[in-house]
Amino acid sequence: MERIPILKMGPFLLVTIQVDLYDRLALNLESDLINMVSKTGARGVLIDISAVSIVDSFMGRILGNIATMSRIMDAETVVVGMQPAVAITLVELGLTLQGVHTALDVEKGMELLQEKMGISEHPEQDEEEDQDDSND
Amino acid sequence: MQIVREQDVVPFRNRVRELSTKIGMSLVNQTKLITAASELVRNMLKYANGGKVLLETISKNAQAGIRLTFTDEGPGIADVQQAMRDGFSTGKSLGLGLPGAKRLVNEFDIKSTVGQGTTVTIIHWKHGR
Ligand SMILES: Nc1ncnc2c1ncn2[C@@H]1O[C@H](COP(=O)(O)OP(=O)(O)OP(=O)(O)O)[C@@H](O)[C@H]1O
Ligand SMILES: [Mg+2]
Repeated sequence: MERIPILKMGPFLLVTIQVDLYDRLALNLESDLINMVSKTGARGVLIDISAVSIVDSFMGRILGNIATMSRIMDAETVVVGMQPAVAITLVELGLTLQGVHTALDVEKGMELLQEKMGISEHPEQDEEEDQDDSND
Repeated sequence: MQIVREQDVVPFRNRVRELSTKIGMSLVNQTKLITAASELVRNMLKYANGGKVLLETISKNAQAGIRLTFTDEGPGIADVQQAMRDGFSTGKSLGLGLPGAKRLVNEFDIKSTVGQGTTVTIIHWKHGR
């Protein structure tokens, strides 16, 4: 079965979606990512959708599911590179990607994740979302 | 164009993309139109076991546009007004396909008869208005 490769980069997982996904492939990606987060204990998931030209409610729901499931396993999800036309359309459609962070590109997304993990070089600036990681 | 299974969604969207590129529609307007169209074919697949879509290029006051007509012979919708409301879903979903599609395109028309099926027509103009 066709699958989208998932790269492990330190504590993060990176997925680059290169084409508009068929539903089957999107569903596989959802379950593969969730399995990988649980297996590797990854703390963040980066999904690069810069090559995706259409995000409808189905695709939006998949991104939301990935974020929700990952968060349960203590990993944050960042969607990077959303095309402006896609972003505008999502707003009008009325779809909010709940629990999904967004960033301009992979680099910015990585920074955001590092901040969330509290391993940023810069001491914490304005944290709009506190997560408790005091379990050591 | 026949829509009978989930695998038909992406090729269908590509057809709409080709047609709207041909008339010179801007990227944002293409994206709105295709996203609306995607929601409507998904409904056809989910609630009516598929159907067909007619793709046409039209023009009004010298402006080109695209008209898509989605026709299915599914169960129909008993209360169209209710189905058009944000958040209403019989499929345990978000219920934003129909109202969202309506917001995304310039013209939206829905006709449904219980036991006979549903027809949704959308029009989007080249310049998006
Ligand atoms: N082609 C159709 N045939 C029969 N019923 C339909 C059809 N399209 C929509 N409906 C009905 O209208 C309701 C609202 O549709 P809408 O697309 O707005 O939401 P949804 O499909 O339930 O959720 P979402 O699109 O957010 O996943 C559906 O739940 C369904 O009951
Ligand atoms: Mg729908």
